Amino acid sequence: MRQLGRLVPALLVIALLLIVWQLYSTLGDVGSDLLPAPSRVASAGWADRSSLSDNLLPTVREVVLGFALSLSFAFALSILLDRSQAVRRALTPVLIGSQTLPIIVLAPLVVIWFGFGLTPKILLVALVTFFPLLVGLLEGYASTTRAAMTLMETMGAGWWKTWRLVRLPSALPSFFTGLRISVTYAVVAAIFAEYAGAELGLGIYMQSAKNSFRTDLVLAAVILCALLTLALYALTFALQRLLMPWYAQSRERPS
Amino acid sequence: MTQIELEGVSKSFKGREGELEVLDGISLRVQPGEFVSILGPSGCGKSTLFSLLTGIEAADSGTLLAGGEELAAGHQPFAWMPQDDVLFPWRTVLGNVALGAEVAGGLARRDARARALELLPTFGLEAFADSRPFQLSGGMRQRAALARTVAQGHDVLLLDEPFGALDALTRTDLQLWLEQIWERERWTVVLITHDVREAVLLSDRVYVLGPRPATVRLELEIPLPRPRTLETLADPQVAALEHELLAALDVGTART
Ligand SMILES: Nc1ncnc2c1ncn2[C@@H]1O[C@H](COP(=O)(O)OP(=O)(O)OP(=O)(O)O)[C@@H](O)[C@H]1O
Ligand SMILES: [Mg+2]
Repeated sequence: MRQLGRLVPALLVIALLLIVWQLYSTLGDVGSDLLPAPSRVASAGWADRSSLSDNLLPTVREVVLGFALSLSFAFALSILLDRSQAVRRALTPVLIGSQTLPIIVLAPLVVIWFGFGLTPKILLVALVTFFPLLVGLLEGYASTTRAAMTLMETMGAGWWKTWRLVRLPSALPSFFTGLRISVTYAVVAAIFAEYAGAELGLGIYMQSAKNSFRTDLVLAAVILCALLTLALYALTFALQRLLMPWYAQSRERPS
Repeated sequence: MTQIELEGVSKSFKGREGELEVLDGISLRVQPGEFVSILGPSGCGKSTLFSLLTGIEAADSGTLLAGGEELAAGHQPFAWMPQDDVLFPWRTVLGNVALGAEVAGGLARRDARARALELLPTFGLEAFADSRPFQLSGGMRQRAALARTVAQGHDVLLLDEPFGALDALTRTDLQLWLEQIWERERWTVVLITHDVREAVLLSDRVYVLGPRPATVRLELEIPLPRPRTLETLADPQVAALEHELLAALDVGTART
Protein backbone atom coordinates (compact mmCIF):
# COMPACT_ATOMS: atom_id res chain seq x y z
CA MET A 1 0.00 0.00 0.00
CA ARG A 2 2.80 2.42 0.97
CA GLN A 3 4.54 1.50 -2.29
CA LEU A 4 1.47 2.46 -4.29
CA GLY A 5 1.02 5.62 -2.27
CA ARG A 6 4.46 6.77 -3.35
CA LEU A 7 3.40 6.53 -7.00
CA VAL A 8 0.52 8.96 -6.60
CA PRO A 9 2.46 12.21 -7.25
CA ALA A 10 4.05 10.78 -10.41
CA LEU A 11 0.67 9.59 -11.68
CA LEU A 12 -0.85 13.00 -11.01
CA VAL A 13 1.90 14.72 -13.02
CA ILE A 14 1.39 12.32 -15.92
CA ALA A 15 -2.38 12.84 -15.80
CA LEU A 16 -1.85 16.59 -15.82
CA LEU A 17 0.43 16.38 -18.85
CA LEU A 18 -2.10 14.25 -20.68
CA ILE A 19 -4.88 16.71 -19.93
CA VAL A 20 -2.85 19.68 -21.19
CA TRP A 21 -1.94 17.74 -24.30
CA GLN A 22 -5.54 16.71 -24.89
CA LEU A 23 -6.81 20.26 -24.49
CA TYR A 24 -4.09 21.76 -26.65
CA SER A 25 -4.63 19.39 -29.55
CA THR A 26 -8.42 19.61 -29.52
CA LEU A 27 -8.82 23.35 -28.76
CA GLY A 28 -5.53 24.69 -30.12
CA ASP A 29 -4.86 25.58 -33.72
CA VAL A 30 -2.60 22.64 -34.60
CA GLY A 31 -4.11 20.15 -36.95
CA SER A 32 -5.25 16.99 -35.26
CA ASP A 33 -3.10 15.01 -37.71
CA LEU A 34 0.03 16.89 -36.73
CA LEU A 35 -0.53 16.48 -33.01
CA PRO A 36 -3.17 13.86 -32.39
CA ALA A 37 -4.82 14.00 -28.97
CA PRO A 38 -3.80 11.37 -26.43
CA SER A 39 -7.23 9.83 -26.67
CA ARG A 40 -6.70 9.29 -30.38
CA VAL A 41 -3.17 7.96 -29.82
CA ALA A 42 -4.60 5.49 -27.34
CA SER A 43 -7.42 4.28 -29.56
CA ALA A 44 -5.20 4.05 -32.66
CA GLY A 45 -2.56 2.21 -30.64
CA TRP A 46 -5.15 -0.14 -29.26
CA ALA A 47 -6.55 -0.84 -32.73
CA ASP A 48 -3.07 -1.70 -33.94
CA ARG A 49 -2.10 -3.59 -30.78
CA SER A 50 -1.14 -6.88 -32.39
CA SER A 51 1.29 -5.17 -34.74
CA LEU A 52 2.66 -3.05 -31.90
CA SER A 53 3.32 -6.06 -29.72
CA ASP A 54 4.90 -7.93 -32.64
CA ASN A 55 7.28 -5.01 -32.97
CA LEU A 56 7.79 -4.56 -29.23
CA LEU A 57 9.18 -8.03 -28.66
CA PRO A 58 12.21 -7.74 -30.98
CA THR A 59 13.09 -4.42 -29.37
CA VAL A 60 12.89 -5.93 -25.90
CA ARG A 61 15.06 -8.81 -27.06
CA GLU A 62 17.68 -6.43 -28.46
CA VAL A 63 17.73 -4.39 -25.29
CA VAL A 64 18.06 -7.45 -23.06
CA LEU A 65 20.78 -9.09 -25.13
CA GLY A 66 22.58 -5.80 -25.64
CA PHE A 67 22.53 -5.26 -21.93
CA ALA A 68 23.84 -8.72 -21.23
CA LEU A 69 26.76 -8.05 -23.53
CA SER A 70 27.28 -4.61 -22.05
CA LEU A 71 27.27 -5.93 -18.48
CA SER A 72 29.75 -8.71 -19.16
CA PHE A 73 31.99 -6.35 -21.07
CA ALA A 74 31.85 -3.65 -18.38
CA PHE A 75 32.58 -6.13 -15.59
CA ALA A 76 35.46 -7.81 -17.38
CA LEU A 77 36.96 -4.50 -18.39
CA SER A 78 36.49 -2.99 -14.94
CA ILE A 79 38.46 -5.85 -13.41
CA LEU A 80 41.24 -5.35 -15.90
CA LEU A 81 41.34 -1.60 -15.35
CA ASP A 82 41.14 -1.94 -11.58
CA ARG A 83 43.90 -4.49 -11.61
CA SER A 84 46.46 -2.54 -13.54
CA GLN A 85 47.13 1.14 -13.66
CA ALA A 86 49.07 0.70 -16.89
CA VAL A 87 46.05 -0.83 -18.62
CA ARG A 88 43.87 1.93 -17.24
CA ARG A 89 46.16 4.62 -18.61
CA ALA A 90 46.38 2.87 -21.96
CA LEU A 91 42.66 2.27 -22.48
CA THR A 92 40.98 5.31 -20.95
CA PRO A 93 41.35 7.61 -23.99
CA VAL A 94 39.98 4.95 -26.33
CA LEU A 95 37.04 4.26 -24.03
CA ILE A 96 36.15 7.90 -23.71
CA GLY A 97 36.60 8.30 -27.45
CA SER A 98 34.12 5.49 -28.03
CA GLN A 99 31.49 7.61 -26.30
CA THR A 100 31.90 10.50 -28.69
CA LEU A 101 31.00 8.41 -31.75
CA PRO A 102 27.76 9.91 -33.04
CA ILE A 103 25.32 7.03 -32.93
CA ILE A 104 23.23 8.58 -35.70
CA VAL A 105 26.17 8.10 -38.08
CA LEU A 106 27.36 4.87 -36.56
CA ALA A 107 24.03 3.03 -36.69
CA PRO A 108 23.83 2.78 -40.53
CA LEU A 109 27.51 1.78 -40.68
CA VAL A 110 27.04 -1.01 -38.18
CA VAL A 111 24.05 -2.22 -40.18
CA ILE A 112 26.15 -2.20 -43.36
CA TRP A 113 28.85 -4.23 -41.58
CA PHE A 114 26.67 -6.70 -39.74
CA GLY A 115 23.44 -6.86 -41.75
CA PHE A 116 19.82 -6.46 -40.73
CA GLY A 117 19.85 -9.11 -38.03
CA LEU A 118 20.19 -8.94 -34.30
CA THR A 119 23.94 -8.34 -34.15
CA PRO A 120 24.12 -4.63 -35.04
CA LYS A 121 21.36 -3.83 -32.54
CA ILE A 122 23.04 -5.68 -29.74
CA LEU A 123 26.33 -3.99 -30.51
CA LEU A 124 24.83 -0.52 -30.54
CA VAL A 125 22.92 -1.05 -27.30
CA ALA A 126 26.10 -2.34 -25.69
CA LEU A 127 28.20 0.53 -27.02
CA VAL A 128 25.83 3.12 -25.61
CA THR A 129 25.23 1.45 -22.25
CA PHE A 130 28.59 0.06 -21.18
CA PHE A 131 30.24 3.34 -20.34
CA PRO A 132 28.07 4.44 -17.39
CA LEU A 133 28.35 0.89 -16.05
CA LEU A 134 32.11 0.95 -16.32
CA VAL A 135 32.45 4.37 -14.73
CA GLY A 136 30.09 3.35 -11.94
CA LEU A 137 32.17 0.26 -11.22
CA LEU A 138 35.52 2.05 -11.32
CA GLU A 139 34.36 4.88 -9.07
CA GLY A 140 32.87 2.29 -6.77
CA TYR A 141 36.12 0.38 -6.51
CA ALA A 142 37.90 3.60 -5.73
CA SER A 143 35.52 4.24 -2.84
CA THR A 144 36.94 1.26 -0.95
CA THR A 145 38.56 2.71 2.15
CA ARG A 146 42.28 2.57 2.72
CA ALA A 147 41.76 0.85 6.07
CA ALA A 148 39.68 -1.89 4.43
CA MET A 149 42.44 -2.53 1.91
CA THR A 150 45.05 -2.60 4.65
CA LEU A 151 42.94 -4.99 6.69
CA MET A 152 42.73 -7.40 3.77
CA GLU A 153 46.44 -7.07 3.15
CA THR A 154 47.35 -7.82 6.77
CA MET A 155 45.12 -10.86 6.59
CA GLY A 156 47.13 -12.07 3.63
CA ALA A 157 44.35 -11.77 1.04
CA GLY A 158 45.53 -11.68 -2.57
CA TRP A 159 44.27 -9.27 -5.19
CA TRP A 160 41.41 -11.44 -6.40
CA LYS A 161 40.11 -12.23 -2.92
CA THR A 162 40.26 -8.57 -1.96
CA TRP A 163 38.36 -7.65 -5.12
CA ARG A 164 35.67 -10.25 -4.55
CA LEU A 165 35.20 -9.72 -0.82
CA VAL A 166 35.69 -5.97 -0.52
CA ARG A 167 36.11 -3.98 -3.71
CA LEU A 168 33.14 -5.44 -5.57
CA PRO A 169 30.64 -5.04 -2.71
CA SER A 170 31.99 -1.52 -2.08
CA ALA A 171 31.33 -0.72 -5.73
CA LEU A 172 27.71 -1.89 -5.83
CA PRO A 173 25.98 1.37 -4.83
CA SER A 174 27.85 3.30 -7.49
CA PHE A 175 27.36 0.49 -9.99
CA PHE A 176 23.60 0.80 -9.62
CA THR A 177 23.81 4.52 -10.24
CA GLY A 178 25.58 3.74 -13.49
CA LEU A 179 23.08 1.03 -14.30
CA ARG A 180 20.15 3.42 -13.97
CA ILE A 181 21.78 5.89 -16.33
CA SER A 182 22.52 3.10 -18.81
CA VAL A 183 19.02 1.75 -18.74
CA THR A 184 17.58 5.04 -19.90
CA TYR A 185 19.88 4.98 -22.96
CA ALA A 186 19.26 1.37 -23.87
CA VAL A 187 15.86 1.63 -25.55
CA VAL A 188 16.83 4.73 -27.50
CA ALA A 189 19.91 2.94 -28.80
CA ALA A 190 17.85 -0.03 -29.94
CA ILE A 191 15.40 2.30 -31.73
CA PHE A 192 18.25 4.03 -33.52
CA ALA A 193 19.67 0.72 -34.63
CA GLU A 194 16.29 -0.40 -35.96
CA TYR A 195 15.78 2.89 -37.70
CA ALA A 196 18.90 2.15 -39.68
CA GLY A 197 17.44 -1.10 -40.90
CA ALA A 198 15.43 -3.93 -39.42
CA GLU A 199 12.64 -6.34 -40.23
CA LEU A 200 10.71 -5.80 -37.02
CA GLY A 201 10.99 -3.57 -33.99
CA LEU A 202 9.52 -0.37 -32.60
CA GLY A 203 12.09 1.68 -34.50
CA ILE A 204 11.09 0.35 -37.86
CA TYR A 205 7.45 0.54 -36.83
CA MET A 206 7.83 4.23 -36.08
CA GLN A 207 9.58 4.77 -39.36
CA SER A 208 6.87 3.22 -41.48
CA ALA A 209 4.13 4.93 -39.45
CA LYS A 210 5.88 8.23 -40.01
CA ASN A 211 6.20 7.54 -43.74
CA SER A 212 2.44 7.03 -44.00
CA PHE A 213 1.79 10.14 -41.88
CA ARG A 214 0.28 8.15 -39.01
CA THR A 215 1.52 10.46 -36.25
CA ASP A 216 -0.89 8.81 -33.85
CA LEU A 217 0.84 5.45 -34.30
CA VAL A 218 4.30 7.06 -34.04
CA LEU A 219 3.29 8.54 -30.71
CA ALA A 220 1.75 5.27 -29.56
CA ALA A 221 5.10 3.58 -30.21
CA VAL A 222 6.93 6.40 -28.43
CA ILE A 223 4.76 5.89 -25.38
CA LEU A 224 5.47 2.19 -25.48
CA CYS A 225 9.20 2.97 -25.48
CA ALA A 226 8.79 5.22 -22.47
CA LEU A 227 6.89 2.48 -20.65
CA LEU A 228 9.61 0.00 -21.51
CA THR A 229 12.30 2.30 -20.13
CA LEU A 230 10.26 2.88 -16.98
CA ALA A 231 9.90 -0.85 -16.50
CA LEU A 232 13.64 -1.36 -16.90
CA TYR A 233 14.31 1.46 -14.48
CA ALA A 234 12.02 -0.11 -11.89
CA LEU A 235 13.77 -3.40 -12.48
CA THR A 236 17.10 -1.89 -11.42
CA PHE A 237 15.61 -1.09 -8.02
CA ALA A 238 14.26 -4.60 -7.65
CA LEU A 239 17.66 -5.98 -8.56
CA GLN A 240 19.36 -3.66 -6.13
CA ARG A 241 17.09 -4.75 -3.33
CA LEU A 242 17.92 -8.33 -4.19
CA LEU A 243 21.69 -7.89 -4.36
CA MET A 244 22.12 -5.30 -1.63
CA PRO A 245 19.46 -5.91 0.99
CA TRP A 246 21.64 -4.11 3.52
CA TYR A 247 21.76 -0.89 1.55
CA ALA A 248 18.25 0.44 1.96
CA GLN A 249 18.30 -0.64 5.57
CA SER A 250 21.51 1.19 6.36
CA ARG A 251 20.12 4.36 4.84
CA GLU A 252 16.79 4.23 6.61
CA ARG A 253 18.49 4.90 9.90
CA PRO A 254 18.58 8.57 10.77
CA SER A 255 22.21 9.60 10.83
CA MET B 1 61.39 -16.99 23.58
CA THR B 2 60.51 -13.37 22.99
CA GLN B 3 57.39 -12.98 20.90
CA ILE B 4 58.15 -9.60 19.40
CA GLU B 5 61.52 -7.92 19.42
CA LEU B 6 62.28 -4.57 17.83
CA GLU B 7 65.83 -3.25 17.84
CA GLY B 8 66.68 0.27 16.71
CA VAL B 9 63.79 0.53 14.25
CA SER B 10 63.56 3.78 12.29
CA LYS B 11 61.10 4.88 9.66
CA SER B 12 60.55 8.03 7.69
CA PHE B 13 58.11 8.89 4.92
CA LYS B 14 59.05 10.82 1.84
CA GLY B 15 56.52 13.52 1.25
CA ARG B 16 56.28 16.58 -0.94
CA GLU B 17 57.91 18.75 1.71
CA GLY B 18 60.85 16.39 2.05
CA GLU B 19 61.41 13.63 4.54
CA LEU B 20 59.08 13.11 7.49
CA GLU B 21 60.92 11.28 10.26
CA VAL B 22 58.38 9.25 12.20
CA LEU B 23 60.17 6.58 14.22
CA ASP B 24 63.69 7.08 15.48
CA GLY B 25 65.44 4.01 16.85
CA ILE B 26 62.59 2.22 18.58
CA SER B 27 63.51 -0.86 20.62
CA LEU B 28 60.94 -2.91 22.44
CA ARG B 29 60.14 -6.44 23.49
CA VAL B 30 56.94 -8.37 24.07
CA GLN B 31 56.87 -11.75 25.82
CA PRO B 32 54.32 -14.47 25.02
CA GLY B 33 51.08 -13.92 26.90
CA GLU B 34 52.04 -10.42 27.84
CA PHE B 35 49.81 -7.35 27.57
CA VAL B 36 51.91 -4.42 26.43
CA SER B 37 50.68 -0.93 25.71
CA ILE B 38 52.26 1.72 23.57
CA LEU B 39 51.35 5.18 24.76
CA GLY B 40 52.13 8.28 22.82
CA PRO B 41 50.79 11.63 21.69
CA SER B 42 48.61 11.93 18.62
CA GLY B 43 50.48 11.65 15.33
CA CYS B 44 53.73 10.42 16.88
CA GLY B 45 53.91 7.26 14.81
CA LYS B 46 52.09 4.60 16.83
CA SER B 47 50.07 3.29 13.90
CA THR B 48 53.20 3.35 11.76
CA LEU B 49 54.79 0.92 14.21
CA PHE B 50 51.96 -1.51 13.45
CA SER B 51 52.36 -0.96 9.71
CA LEU B 52 55.94 -2.13 10.09
CA LEU B 53 54.94 -5.19 12.11
CA THR B 54 52.24 -6.21 9.64
CA GLY B 55 54.52 -5.65 6.68
CA ILE B 56 52.40 -2.87 5.16
CA GLU B 57 55.47 -0.64 5.30
CA ALA B 58 59.14 -1.55 5.41
CA ALA B 59 61.45 -0.17 8.11
CA ASP B 60 64.37 1.98 6.99
CA SER B 61 66.71 0.42 9.52
CA GLY B 62 66.73 -1.81 12.58
CA THR B 63 65.55 -5.38 13.07
CA LEU B 64 62.08 -6.76 13.65
CA LEU B 65 61.84 -10.28 15.02
CA ALA B 66 58.77 -12.39 15.68
CA GLY B 67 59.36 -15.54 17.70
CA GLY B 68 63.07 -15.03 17.19
CA GLU B 69 62.80 -14.93 13.43
CA GLU B 70 63.09 -12.05 11.01
CA LEU B 71 59.63 -10.93 9.87
CA ALA B 72 59.01 -12.24 6.36
CA ALA B 73 56.86 -10.31 3.92
CA GLY B 74 53.44 -11.85 3.33
CA HIS B 75 53.68 -14.20 6.30
CA GLN B 76 53.13 -12.01 9.26
CA PRO B 77 51.97 -13.75 12.44
CA PHE B 78 49.85 -10.90 13.80
CA ALA B 79 46.16 -10.13 13.83
CA TRP B 80 45.66 -6.41 13.33
CA MET B 81 42.66 -4.43 14.46
CA PRO B 82 42.35 -1.12 12.64
CA GLN B 83 41.81 2.18 14.37
CA ASP B 84 38.31 2.50 12.88
CA ASP B 85 36.41 -0.75 13.01
CA VAL B 86 36.16 -1.49 9.24
CA LEU B 87 33.11 -3.71 9.61
CA PHE B 88 31.52 -4.35 6.23
CA PRO B 89 27.85 -3.37 5.91
CA TRP B 90 27.19 -6.13 3.36
CA ARG B 91 28.10 -8.76 5.91
CA THR B 92 26.25 -9.62 9.07
CA VAL B 93 28.08 -9.53 12.38
CA LEU B 94 28.68 -13.25 12.04
CA GLY B 95 29.93 -12.76 8.48
CA ASN B 96 32.31 -10.03 9.53
CA VAL B 97 33.78 -12.17 12.30
CA ALA B 98 34.00 -15.14 9.95
CA LEU B 99 35.97 -13.02 7.50
CA GLY B 100 38.95 -13.14 9.86
CA ALA B 101 38.83 -16.92 10.05
CA GLU B 102 38.23 -17.29 6.33
CA VAL B 103 40.86 -14.94 4.96
CA ALA B 104 43.62 -14.95 7.55
CA GLY B 105 42.86 -18.33 9.10
CA GLY B 106 42.46 -19.98 5.71
CA LEU B 107 39.32 -21.87 6.75
CA ALA B 108 36.65 -22.92 4.29
CA ARG B 109 33.56 -20.69 4.35
CA ARG B 110 31.48 -23.08 6.42
CA ASP B 111 34.24 -23.77 8.92
CA ALA B 112 34.92 -20.07 9.23
CA ARG B 113 31.28 -19.42 10.07
CA ALA B 114 31.28 -22.23 12.59
CA ARG B 115 34.42 -20.80 14.19
CA ALA B 116 32.86 -17.34 14.29
CA LEU B 117 29.72 -18.73 15.87
CA GLU B 118 31.86 -20.27 18.62
CA LEU B 119 33.51 -16.94 19.27
CA LEU B 120 30.41 -14.73 19.45
CA PRO B 121 29.41 -15.54 23.06
CA THR B 122 32.86 -14.53 24.34
CA PHE B 123 32.25 -11.14 22.83
CA GLY B 124 28.66 -10.86 24.01
CA LEU B 125 27.38 -10.87 20.45
CA GLU B 126 25.51 -14.17 20.21
CA ALA B 127 22.18 -12.36 20.01
CA PHE B 128 23.46 -10.17 17.17
CA ALA B 129 24.87 -12.80 14.83
CA ASP B 130 22.47 -11.81 12.06
CA SER B 131 22.47 -8.07 12.69
CA ARG B 132 24.21 -5.67 10.40
CA PRO B 133 27.08 -3.59 11.77
CA PHE B 134 25.15 -0.34 11.43
CA GLN B 135 22.53 -1.72 13.78
CA LEU B 136 25.06 -2.05 16.60
CA SER B 137 26.12 0.46 19.22
CA GLY B 138 29.67 1.78 19.18
CA GLY B 139 30.77 -0.57 21.94
CA MET B 140 29.30 -3.60 20.20
CA ARG B 141 30.98 -2.65 16.95
CA GLN B 142 34.35 -2.61 18.67
CA ARG B 143 33.66 -6.00 20.19
CA ALA B 144 32.71 -7.35 16.78
CA ALA B 145 35.90 -5.93 15.27
CA LEU B 146 37.89 -7.51 18.10
CA ALA B 147 36.16 -10.83 17.51
CA ARG B 148 37.14 -10.67 13.85
CA THR B 149 40.72 -10.01 14.94
CA VAL B 150 40.73 -12.99 17.30
CA ALA B 151 39.10 -15.16 14.62
CA GLN B 152 42.22 -14.77 12.50
CA GLY B 153 43.80 -17.38 14.74
CA HIS B 154 47.14 -15.65 15.31
CA ASP B 155 48.90 -15.65 18.69
CA VAL B 156 49.47 -11.92 18.79
CA LEU B 157 46.81 -9.22 18.63
CA LEU B 158 47.79 -5.72 17.50
CA LEU B 159 45.05 -3.38 18.68
CA ASP B 160 45.18 0.19 17.40
CA GLU B 161 43.23 2.43 19.76
CA PRO B 162 40.29 0.05 19.90
CA PHE B 163 38.32 2.21 22.30
CA GLY B 164 39.50 5.61 21.09
CA ALA B 165 36.24 6.63 19.47
CA LEU B 166 33.93 5.61 22.33
CA ASP B 167 32.37 7.77 25.01
CA ALA B 168 34.08 7.67 28.40
CA LEU B 169 31.60 5.38 30.13
CA THR B 170 31.44 2.83 27.33
CA ARG B 171 35.20 2.95 27.10
CA THR B 172 35.76 2.11 30.77
CA ASP B 173 33.14 -0.57 30.47
CA LEU B 174 34.92 -2.17 27.53
CA GLN B 175 38.32 -1.86 29.19
CA LEU B 176 37.08 -3.83 32.17
CA TRP B 177 35.42 -6.31 29.84
CA LEU B 178 38.63 -6.77 27.85
CA GLU B 179 40.59 -7.33 31.05
CA GLN B 180 38.11 -10.04 32.01
CA ILE B 181 38.34 -12.01 28.79
CA TRP B 182 42.08 -11.46 28.55
CA GLU B 183 42.47 -13.12 31.98
CA ARG B 184 40.80 -16.15 30.48
CA GLU B 185 42.30 -16.20 27.00
CA ARG B 186 45.78 -14.80 27.69
CA TRP B 187 46.46 -13.63 24.17
CA THR B 188 49.65 -11.73 23.58
CA VAL B 189 48.41 -8.18 23.09
CA VAL B 190 50.06 -5.00 21.91
CA LEU B 191 47.68 -2.11 22.49
CA ILE B 192 48.14 1.36 21.07
CA THR B 193 46.47 4.07 23.08
CA HIS B 194 46.72 7.67 24.12
CA ASP B 195 44.61 7.00 27.18
CA VAL B 196 46.85 6.79 30.25
CA ARG B 197 44.18 5.20 32.40
CA GLU B 198 43.63 2.49 29.79
CA ALA B 199 47.34 1.70 29.66
CA VAL B 200 47.55 1.36 33.44
CA LEU B 201 44.39 -0.65 33.83
CA LEU B 202 45.15 -3.24 31.15
CA SER B 203 48.90 -3.59 30.74
CA ASP B 204 51.72 -5.61 32.19
CA ARG B 205 54.11 -3.11 30.72
CA VAL B 206 53.83 0.26 29.02
CA TYR B 207 56.17 1.90 26.51
CA VAL B 208 55.87 5.65 26.31
CA LEU B 209 56.76 7.24 22.99
CA GLY B 210 57.66 10.90 22.63
CA PRO B 211 56.38 13.21 19.92
CA ARG B 212 57.54 12.72 16.34
CA PRO B 213 60.15 11.52 15.56
CA ALA B 214 59.21 9.02 18.24
CA THR B 215 61.73 7.49 20.60
CA VAL B 216 60.99 5.28 23.59
CA ARG B 217 60.90 7.68 26.51
CA LEU B 218 59.97 5.29 29.26
CA GLU B 219 59.35 1.61 29.83
CA LEU B 220 57.16 1.07 32.88
CA GLU B 221 56.08 -2.14 34.60
CA ILE B 222 52.52 -2.08 35.91
CA PRO B 223 52.68 -4.18 39.10
CA LEU B 224 48.96 -4.01 39.88
CA PRO B 225 47.56 -7.39 40.90
CA ARG B 226 45.26 -9.26 38.54
CA PRO B 227 42.45 -9.75 37.90
CA ARG B 228 41.87 -6.04 37.70
CA THR B 229 38.39 -4.73 38.27
CA LEU B 230 36.63 -1.47 38.94
CA GLU B 231 38.15 -1.58 42.43
CA THR B 232 41.63 -1.46 40.92
CA LEU B 233 40.94 2.11 39.91
CA ALA B 234 40.75 3.01 43.61
CA ASP B 235 44.23 1.59 44.25
CA PRO B 236 46.59 4.43 45.26
CA GLN B 237 49.28 2.92 43.02
CA VAL B 238 47.12 3.75 40.00
CA ALA B 239 47.42 7.47 40.58
CA ALA B 240 51.19 7.20 41.00
CA LEU B 241 51.53 5.15 37.79
CA GLU B 242 49.32 7.52 35.82
CA HIS B 243 51.37 10.40 37.13
CA GLU B 244 54.60 8.78 36.05
CA LEU B 245 53.27 8.14 32.53
CA LEU B 246 51.88 11.65 32.16
CA ALA B 247 55.16 13.13 33.36
CA ALA B 248 57.05 11.12 30.74
CA LEU B 249 54.73 12.61 28.12
CA ASP B 250 55.47 16.15 29.34
CA VAL B 251 51.78 16.69 29.98
CA GLY B 252 51.20 19.82 32.01
CA THR B 253 54.51 21.50 31.21
CA ALA B 254 52.82 24.38 29.47
CA ARG B 255 53.87 24.92 25.87
CA THR B 256 52.77 28.01 24.08
N1 LIG C 1 51.93 6.06 4.37
C1 LIG C 1 52.30 7.27 4.83
N2 LIG C 1 52.87 8.18 4.00
C2 LIG C 1 53.24 9.39 4.46
N3 LIG C 1 53.11 9.82 5.72
C3 LIG C 1 52.54 8.96 6.60
C4 LIG C 1 52.12 7.65 6.21
N4 LIG C 1 51.60 7.02 7.29
C5 LIG C 1 51.71 7.91 8.30
N5 LIG C 1 52.28 9.05 7.90
C6 LIG C 1 52.57 10.21 8.75
O1 LIG C 1 53.34 9.76 9.83
C7 LIG C 1 52.96 10.41 11.04
C8 LIG C 1 52.60 9.38 12.08
O2 LIG C 1 51.40 8.74 11.69
P1 LIG C 1 50.73 7.61 12.56
O3 LIG C 1 49.44 7.29 11.93
O4 LIG C 1 51.68 6.51 12.77
O5 LIG C 1 50.49 8.38 13.95
P2 LIG C 1 49.68 7.88 15.23
O6 LIG C 1 50.60 8.01 16.39
O7 LIG C 1 49.07 6.56 14.99
O8 LIG C 1 48.57 9.00 15.31
P3 LIG C 1 47.09 8.90 15.95
O9 LIG C 1 47.24 8.95 17.41
O10 LIG C 1 46.43 10.14 15.42
O11 LIG C 1 46.47 7.66 15.44
C9 LIG C 1 51.81 11.33 10.69
O12 LIG C 1 52.34 12.65 10.56
C10 LIG C 1 51.33 10.82 9.36
O13 LIG C 1 50.85 11.88 8.57
MG1 LIG D 1 47.10 5.90 14.77
